[in-house]
Amino acid sequence: MQQTLENFLRALRAVDVQVSPAEAIDAHCTVEAVGYADRELLKDALCAALAKSVDEVDRYQECFDMFFSREEFREPPREIDVDSELVADQALAQLLAGGTGEEFAQAMEQAANEAGVANIRYATQRGLFMRRLLDRMGLRDLEKLIANLKRSGDPDDAEMAMRLDQGRTYLFDEARQYVNRQYELYARPAGEQLREEFLVETGLSAVEQRDFDRMHRIVRRMAKRLASRYNRRRKHTKRGVLDVGRTLRRNMAHDGIPFETQWKQTKIERPKIVVICDVSQSVAAAARFLLLFLYSLNELIASLRAFAFSAFLNEISDILEKQTVEAAIPEVLEKIGFRPTDYGQAFADFDADFMDAVDRRTTVIILGDGRSNDGDPRIDLMRQIHDRSKAVIWLNPEPETFWGTGDSEMLRYRTFCHVAKTCSTVQDLERIIDDVLKSYIRA
Amino acid sequence: MNETSLPKPAGTGHDGIDPIIDGLGGSGYIASRRIATAIFVAQNLNKPILVEGSAGVGKTELAISAAQWLDLPLIRMQCYEGLDESKALYEWKYGKQLLYTQILKDKMGDTLADADGLDGAMDRLHDFGDMFFSERFLEPRPLLKALQQERGAVLLIDEVDKSDEEFEAFLLEILSEFQVSIPEIGTVKATVPPLVFLTSNNMREMGDALKRRCLHLFIPLPDAKLEQRIVAARVPDIDERLKRQLVAFVQMLRQEDLKKLPSISETIDWARVLMLLHAESLNVDLVRDTLNVLLKFEQDFAAVRRSIPELTRKAAQA
Repeated sequence: MQQTLENFLRALRAVDVQVSPAEAIDAHCTVEAVGYADRELLKDALCAALAKSVDEVDRYQECFDMFFSREEFREPPREIDVDSELVADQALAQLLAGGTGEEFAQAMEQAANEAGVANIRYATQRGLFMRRLLDRMGLRDLEKLIANLKRSGDPDDAEMAMRLDQGRTYLFDEARQYVNRQYELYARPAGEQLREEFLVETGLSAVEQRDFDRMHRIVRRMAKRLASRYNRRRKHTKRGVLDVGRTLRRNMAHDGIPFETQWKQTKIERPKIVVICDVSQSVAAAARFLLLFLYSLNELIASLRAFAFSAFLNEISDILEKQTVEAAIPEVLEKIGFRPTDYGQAFADFDADFMDAVDRRTTVIILGDGRSNDGDPRIDLMRQIHDRSKAVIWLNPEPETFWGTGDSEMLRYRTFCHVAKTCSTVQDLERIIDDVLKSYIRA
Repeated sequence: MNETSLPKPAGTGHDGIDPIIDGLGGSGYIASRRIATAIFVAQNLNKPILVEGSAGVGKTELAISAAQWLDLPLIRMQCYEGLDESKALYEWKYGKQLLYTQILKDKMGDTLADADGLDGAMDRLHDFGDMFFSERFLEPRPLLKALQQERGAVLLIDEVDKSDEEFEAFLLEILSEFQVSIPEIGTVKATVPPLVFLTSNNMREMGDALKRRCLHLFIPLPDAKLEQRIVAARVPDIDERLKRQLVAFVQMLRQEDLKKLPSISETIDWARVLMLLHAESLNVDLVRDTLNVLLKFEQDFAAVRRSIPELTRKAAQA
């Protein structure tokens, strides 16, 4: 039974439920306390010990149901005469002849453990593992027996051979399904993980339509990770620097003897972020993800103001705030996006209506390619934003070698950025935002 | 592990769960099987439970009821930003220490009067026990108090997500070993490990180290059947029909797009209010007048206002 639990823990790890060795020990203790007899009880008890967040609870339950789905074995055909001398010394034939579904399941699981089916990694290995599994169950002997019976020419033997053949078909079906289930359990999630790792490094404009959902998930997870890292500490104590004034005031009651010490603290300001996002034709593909990232970030950072422009600039904080992600992104794109870019006009709009949003505590993040269709880039306004803000960060989906070519004004804008970087994959995006937020903690 | 521990449920497996449900029921807490199972595992493994769920689903209430059921003292610690050891674990009684040094100064002359030379005086001084940092001057705060209880205790660490990260790290020793280190004295170990509940509202994600040391229990909003039983347990005199209607109403309200969904505590409050008003069934005016018990935001109120008659009509059929 211990092996079963170990396998279950491996299956859990495969679906991204973190199980540390300490928790594995907990799981064993839990099983000792509740036993295997009551399925629901076992499920709830292990759930409490292993799944440590709401997401994990969902994944755990799915995995548990799949793992302990023994009922899915059909009953063996049992059309064979158990007492027949021909099958007397054949364990597998006996099982096919007279075993219950439960017994059959047990035999198959034992064989699977011996064959190491849980080690399956790729879809292409299914055939191999199925063969190994059947070998362990004694398929060779069975096949030999069938061959012998067929050769003998006796009608009784031929009858028996046919029955055994049916049994063998049943055996193959069950083994195939069993291996498939094991593959689903242990290997498929790993494949999914591989795909996600690949996506993280793919250029934003190269992501295919069918991967959008997956991308949503990745971006949300990333934004959440960033937020939990930076939403935590707003105050931090400088150990060792005494606040003399406050200490004296605090200890008046003790005759001025400093029993309660007061230490100097620095308050960490929460990030105030203004994001200006280009959603025009030239960055259309990347814009989706920039918006998605904005949306996720907006859920997490309280003081975020978001603006989007192609020809004209509008505030989109409200849309991000009130709509679901499925509705918000298309709405922004439809209202503002996919028109020819005019950076000069966008900055002019920003200057006219929203310059107040930028003060010395604000970090301005601009997402765009800096291609202004040869219009006036309004460098003067860019300078103004630079002077007012704490930092200006420009994220450009184009590689640096393209900057300044054609209608790109990037090299001129770059002068007024504290940081200007290429940001073409989700990974870049996370790294840069991480840096932005970190600068607040260090400050 | 300690030899002594909390009273364990008699049976294992199935037999262990029902007494917990009954026991909690006796103190007015209707526990789902999952909640009872979590407590069962916690008692057997001597592990704290991290309880999560939205505000008002009965996280804190669970700990209070468990204490009542086990007949153990409940020691509660409310977490907040800036909470530190001196407020959670122990504090020295500064005033008394101050007095002690005064007495010491007075007595010093008498005691050391007949000592010969400085060395002799120092020797004699060292013979005195080091009273200054001793248990006598120790003021136990909740965590230490919970460890010192002879019969064990139920320790409730409320809203642990509001505390700082450093404090979370500091909790680890207590949660895994049921002991604390006081530099001046040494290690204090629990005689009987307390049953620990940590509650979290998910203000921030708790660290992995803390999660690993805890069992996890998520309490969702209840379904109609369970909620009716909870209301019946908390507001025993309520009219059967009214109970059914108000639960149905709240359940429907939870399907709406609201900023803050009403949770169990709001349902119970509403039931009490309706009792006070001697209502026998829901009607539109009554709902409109008392809805502020359920909804805590003006926007939510505005969002629902128009659909009140319809919701009330549907609830009345329940």
